[in-house]
Amino acid sequence: MSNEHNSHSEKQIEIQDTDSVVVRFSGDSGDGMQLTGMQFTDTTALMGKDISTFPEFPAEIRAPAGTVAGVSGFQIHFGSKEIFTPGDAYDVLVAMNAAALKTDIKRVRKGGTIILNTAGFDTKNLKLAHYPDGANPLEDGTLDEFKVYRIDITRLTKEALKDTGLGMKEIDRCKNMFVLGLLFWMFDKSMEYTITSLQEKFSKKPDLLQANITALKSGWNYGDTTEVFTTRYHIAKATLPPGTYRNISGNQALAIGAIAAAEKAGLQLFLGSYPITPASDILHELSKYKANGVKTFQAEDEIAAICAAIGAAYTGALGMTTTSGPGMSLKTEAIGLATMLELPLLIVDIQRGGPSTGLPTKTEQADLLMAMYGRHGEAPLPVIAAATPADCFDAVYEAIKISIEHMVPVIFLSDGYIANGSEPWRFPTPDQLIPIAPPFSTAHNNTAGNFLPYKRDEKGVRPWVIPGTPGLEHRIGGLEKQHETGNVSYDAQNHELMIKLRAEKVQKIADAIPLLQPDSGKDTGKLCVLGWGSTYGAIKSSLIELREEGVEVSHIHLRHLNPFPKNLGELLQRFDKVLIPEINSGQLLQLIRSKFLTDAVGFNKVQGLPFTTIELKQKIKEVYLT
Amino acid sequence: METTTSPIKLTAKDFASDQEIKWCPGCGDYSILKQVQTILPEYVSQKENLVFISGIGCSSRFPYYMDTYGMHSIHGRATAVATGVKVANPSLEVWVIGGDGDLMSIGGNHLIHLLRRNPNLKLVMFNNEIYGLTKGQYSPTSHKGLVTKSTPYGSVDEPFNPAELALGAKASFFARTLDRDPKHQQQIFRRVAEHHGTAFVEVYQNCPVFNDDTFALLTEKETKKEHSIYVEHGKPLVFGQTESKGIRLDGLNPVVVDLTAGVSVSDLWIHDETDKTKAFLLARFADIENMPRPFGVFYQENRACFDEELVQQINRTKDQKGRIPLHKILSGDKTWGIV
Repeated sequence: MSNEHNSHSEKQIEIQDTDSVVVRFSGDSGDGMQLTGMQFTDTTALMGKDISTFPEFPAEIRAPAGTVAGVSGFQIHFGSKEIFTPGDAYDVLVAMNAAALKTDIKRVRKGGTIILNTAGFDTKNLKLAHYPDGANPLEDGTLDEFKVYRIDITRLTKEALKDTGLGMKEIDRCKNMFVLGLLFWMFDKSMEYTITSLQEKFSKKPDLLQANITALKSGWNYGDTTEVFTTRYHIAKATLPPGTYRNISGNQALAIGAIAAAEKAGLQLFLGSYPITPASDILHELSKYKANGVKTFQAEDEIAAICAAIGAAYTGALGMTTTSGPGMSLKTEAIGLATMLELPLLIVDIQRGGPSTGLPTKTEQADLLMAMYGRHGEAPLPVIAAATPADCFDAVYEAIKISIEHMVPVIFLSDGYIANGSEPWRFPTPDQLIPIAPPFSTAHNNTAGNFLPYKRDEKGVRPWVIPGTPGLEHRIGGLEKQHETGNVSYDAQNHELMIKLRAEKVQKIADAIPLLQPDSGKDTGKLCVLGWGSTYGAIKSSLIELREEGVEVSHIHLRHLNPFPKNLGELLQRFDKVLIPEINSGQLLQLIRSKFLTDAVGFNKVQGLPFTTIELKQKIKEVYLT
Repeated sequence: METTTSPIKLTAKDFASDQEIKWCPGCGDYSILKQVQTILPEYVSQKENLVFISGIGCSSRFPYYMDTYGMHSIHGRATAVATGVKVANPSLEVWVIGGDGDLMSIGGNHLIHLLRRNPNLKLVMFNNEIYGLTKGQYSPTSHKGLVTKSTPYGSVDEPFNPAELALGAKASFFARTLDRDPKHQQQIFRRVAEHHGTAFVEVYQNCPVFNDDTFALLTEKETKKEHSIYVEHGKPLVFGQTESKGIRLDGLNPVVVDLTAGVSVSDLWIHDETDKTKAFLLARFADIENMPRPFGVFYQENRACFDEELVQQINRTKDQKGRIPLHKILSGDKTWGIV
């Protein structure tokens, strides 16, 4: 950071030039922190910074106000350099009450800025946050290491809006806009975009619109005119590859990836889904596309959701179901049916902390082995995982292509971290998307007799013949079927053959997967970090920092968990050591060790949180040096 | 289902697949299969548009014996699969086949939601009041006290009344028929074929192996006329060996009256398929002592179908907003350029 002085208004303002900043908005679930964070994100992105966001909220919609359980946070990391994670430590923390400060102070970097809403630190709030009697973090030296701004945001908002005629409750709800205005001032950002989106949001409520805009501007003016603030931050535009960008969350990217794939394949998109955190946003997003013929079906339960998607796939639609861990458990029997039927089907699991209801709003990578093996009988399926929010688009597009072209259900793994997190995305044009060719057939394939619904091509794929096709009427089902004819068969040799054919079909997908290259670093060396899914950003950032320190480590990242890319084993052999960091107790580790007999090492964290760069760096160094 | 004219008229035989039928000898399922195949040519000219979806159980083997499209899915879920089929392609004619255990026990949740949504499909429930395929456990329609393998001292489990359940779940059509009466079955299946909406028919079906003669009172010559009543729209409720009995409504209480003892037919309850309150009363007969068991169409109404409303909504949205081109979906509303 370089400092320079600059005269602004009548006061001395220090402009800090920096290449990246982490801001954390933290408050009560009712304080509107998510909205504030998203508005701040959109404006930041539109101003050409690279970003990565991490919303974190309680499972309860309105946990008791003022308590630690009710704290809702939104973290954004943005800068002029490439950003791969939401950041480890906060440069700026906005704490709307005592509980928010208590929750988040431990991650504010030394010397960092803390903006406090003093109204949230009265005796009642201190007690709700379980500070011991008489203890007050504002007075006991807790904040000595930080640059602290104490502002009665509640009162200032009230002041600003006292003539609006709004009730106290409505006025109080505008205080997040005051915060947003203040932060916009601090980071030298325009309020224009937020004002436009407020106009859209409150188009039918002019009094609320005016109040929100007033609060927003009051926050900005407070920063600009009072003597309190002496620092503003200046961050140059990011040096991202040239192109047109948009900001996108993982679930959004996934939804439009499915729309794009369906359109490219010429299929109707049918989503069967049941509300579950953190997957529901995909259902919400796809439900908006009625004008494009997307059919969304909110089923009575998880089982009906997947069964309806299977029914839709049978008719020749792109069938899709979205859920999280508990829903995956419920869908398991139907996934077996889809495997047996050999129909295309996209099964999306936005992983969250488990088992059981577990940690619904927290992230985890613990469903990998379930995706691999979690069915009765032998029922291998392709498993694909997204690495970042924007990667959800490419990964789901590929998952759908595999599912359709290989007539096989595909399990797609994302998680709460990348599903809700967002980043800039250099989106493709439609013509950049590779074609998808459904294996539809209307031709009789057996001159000697009945149509053969399970006659396979060289890839082991059967034809997709849909109801309505004259002359090819046939029955499919969950009972074991005779090779080619599809008739029910209990024959011993036939069963073994069919088990083998279904498994081979999945293995042959590897022929269509590109060979794996290291994401960064050489393809041989002392140590490689092998990751999958949402650990991508943390691994990437760690290795960039380590490289600056002269430690050369390679990064290999897996999108295809089943089948693996063909050269994975050979690639791993070229390294002395393999380290596998996962947000579980070592699931990919187990797969890699058993498949390649490699003495890989795991680094595991199961806290409902992603890796920090610091902890990952430390582990990588430790393995590198031993 | 629309009647369509076609140069080549299909016959019942055209709907029979080449698969060997593997139900037990004497099973009531044979008759149901035959009656469905018999009426279908009157309604279907293109059998490629016909889809039979079943769950698991003896009756759920049904699709394998039909030379149409079909899926033998998983236990209890035929209704959910069929909803997906119908919603994805409303031009297909969908029939759901299942047993009492399949549809009312493991599939109970999907059944009630299917009925409230009312997609335009047919739902045939083979009710034998027993689990046959798993070799004889009591089912959710078995009467209390039934001795089975899983209830050696008699069942203490209160059964469902399927008609009451269906009407309570907003079924737009409910009818009951029985395996031993092919003619009545055909009449009812015709009504099923003609209904617009979810047409739910309960077929009493004898399981000769695990629950033989459970419906004997309703099927045997000596007793059936005394214990069953065939209802028809606009006709009085008359039954009995010599049609000498009738049902009169005393307020909302059905009362059996003797037509030879001064009560005239004009005093009797006239069946009205469109009257839901009376349909509920008919449904209750099964639980009232000494009341005959009703057969026929209890209730029929025309109301919106989920699959059709969804398509209408899609078309409306298309008209109002227009299809969003893919490049627009990809770019979203807010973009910025980096050069």
